Amino acid sequence: MKFRVFAAFAGPSLLLMLIFIAIPLVNVFLQSFHNTQSIFETVEIETCTPGFGTQTCITESETRPVLGEDGKALEKTIFVGWESYRNILRPDQAWEAIKQLNWSGLMAIDFWKALRFTLTFTLISLPLVIGLGLVIAVAVNSLAKSIRGQVIFVSLLPFIITPVIGALSIRWLFIGDGILTAMLEWWLQMDIAMFAQAWTIELMMLFYRVWHVAPFAFVVFYAGLQTVNNDTLESAIIDGASRFERLRYVVIPHLMPLIIFVSLIHLMDSYRVFEEIVGFSSQAHVISLQWLTYDFLVPDESGNRSISRASASSMLTMIGIVIILIPLLRKTWKDHRARVL
Amino acid sequence: MSVPKALQMPIGLKVTTVGFVTCWCVIAAFPIFWIAVMSFKEPLDSFASNPLSVIFGPSTRESGKGLSVFDIIIGLSIIYFIYRFAIYHLPKWVRKYSPFNLIVIGWLLGAIFVALVVVLVFGVLFPPILAFVNGLTGFLGTPIIGFTTEHYLAVWAENEFYRNFINSIIVTLGVVTISLSIGTLAGYGLARSGFDIAFWILIGALIFRALPHSVLVSGYLPVFVNSAEYLRPILGEQAPTFYGQPLAVIMVLVAINQPFTIWMLRSFFQNIPKELDESARVDGCTHFQAFRWIIMPIMWPGVITTGLFSFLLAYNDFLVTSLLLDAQNQTMVPAIAGYFNRETTTTDQVEAVAAAVSITAPLFLLVMVFQRQIVSGLTAGAVKG
Repeated sequence: MKFRVFAAFAGPSLLLMLIFIAIPLVNVFLQSFHNTQSIFETVEIETCTPGFGTQTCITESETRPVLGEDGKALEKTIFVGWESYRNILRPDQAWEAIKQLNWSGLMAIDFWKALRFTLTFTLISLPLVIGLGLVIAVAVNSLAKSIRGQVIFVSLLPFIITPVIGALSIRWLFIGDGILTAMLEWWLQMDIAMFAQAWTIELMMLFYRVWHVAPFAFVVFYAGLQTVNNDTLESAIIDGASRFERLRYVVIPHLMPLIIFVSLIHLMDSYRVFEEIVGFSSQAHVISLQWLTYDFLVPDESGNRSISRASASSMLTMIGIVIILIPLLRKTWKDHRARVL
Repeated sequence: MSVPKALQMPIGLKVTTVGFVTCWCVIAAFPIFWIAVMSFKEPLDSFASNPLSVIFGPSTRESGKGLSVFDIIIGLSIIYFIYRFAIYHLPKWVRKYSPFNLIVIGWLLGAIFVALVVVLVFGVLFPPILAFVNGLTGFLGTPIIGFTTEHYLAVWAENEFYRNFINSIIVTLGVVTISLSIGTLAGYGLARSGFDIAFWILIGALIFRALPHSVLVSGYLPVFVNSAEYLRPILGEQAPTFYGQPLAVIMVLVAINQPFTIWMLRSFFQNIPKELDESARVDGCTHFQAFRWIIMPIMWPGVITTGLFSFLLAYNDFLVTSLLLDAQNQTMVPAIAGYFNRETTTTDQVEAVAAAVSITAPLFLLVMVFQRQIVSGLTAGAVKG
């Protein structure tokens, strides 16, 4: 294939990714150092009231936005350096809290609170998803062939459901005295309010996320199980390996590439945790990094969006993505080098 | 084929396995099944703490809205007949009456026909007839399960949810068509070229796939809101504001989806032997002709699978659509969030449940029809690494 033909085939797609992904990224980077504000001017206004004999005059200085020809407030964009980053990270306050080992002081700052939740959520859900997916795959693989299709059908439902709706459906089971809350109360003999504190909400979010992603892990592992070499399994049996040992030393090493693949996809996706916050309306207790950016982008009461701060928090969020991707990129690069050389 | 004795499971392990899988299936389906049940009840029953009263809905029944044994039997048997028809007869009809190259349209018409029959039978024909018959049959005719469709009526008719539905259709259809037509070209190019740059493009796409969508949206928002001002010097007075335009959102979603699409399509194209297009080239086809007339006809399964995933991304999206579309052009998923942030009365909440079920129903049908394609799509990227 000549290069020109290749360019013709791949061109439209690359152009689109350039315009709608690469350029916005540069734009976000620039925006995070700039801030757009209305221009204000200070004017002296003299108000006079007729008095007895002489007028009483008061001179007040008033700050008001400068209006352009079309009656809208004029705006200007200025370079602010690291100000937006400082606004989000609050380095002084955070450092103060760290020095005094004041955990709740650190958690009072939105960014650190969001970072804490995003990281714990990602790291706790990862082993749960992999483990559950693996167990379901092994269990389904030992079932009769005729019912596997139905099990896969049911398992796909939580995976394809709209994330916000999925989170909502879990929430509706618990809200107020919903059936599951009532059941827990009856079981534990105590009064439970699932939405009153952060940790119960986080538990529900974890439950939702594992419910939502485990089917993906299950289907991938199940497909992998179909390609396990039967001869290896049989020789393991002859060597006297127990069922568990066969799983541990034959099946899991065979699935290892898939486990790494699912882990990476899951790390990327759960680092972007966002829909749970919307579905559980948990912004008062629990927020995530992506929700933080979203919140800056939603217009406030006066209709302003804090674009500059949103950009800064986007840039900070991306640092995490880069860290997650480095091992993957290094491995791909090594493979590529090995293939080329 | 009989399983070798050594591989057979002891009975205890077998029972545990079956029990575990059953448990998983219940957990997987329960929340979805439950919101479907809730949506047909009065608020008092929907949010009751006793599961039995959610299922049987005593207060819904008391207000005179319920299903009798007779209703249930008739309803279930009609559903069964329609299902049989859709599975056995519809495919034959479609194949018989639609010309070969328009078979997709034939399927669409068939699906619309079945949907119309369901709406007609259950919405128009049923209620009066059954109300009359129930009066005659005595015990079999008294309602035993509370059941009401009023929330669906409220959502779709009064709150004009159909507008959001239409917007969702526009956005999803746009995203699927554009991202597939651009993506297949790029996927083919990437699969067939041995250039180093193809590798770097794929790596770049992988990085783009990992980006949180809010990062990209904070890049678009200021530009979209002010686009009329930026473009005025070039386009004059007709300069459009991109904010709130479905077309702008479609392009954004296509771009966000593109990395995933080209990865997946590339892996499907690599499964097609190279010799096929080489022989077409020897016969005098250009690259594009080989792509169009030789490769595409055998690529349909891969294209359908990728299309399904594009559909899911566009249909399920909340973040991009809620930030970039204004209220008139809002799609279904952000619209429901607006519903329930209102949350003034419990009726509103049940209406939100009904809206949620309405959004989920098409997805449910999708899995029923395309289960095999979804599974193959999930494993396509993974198994080949």
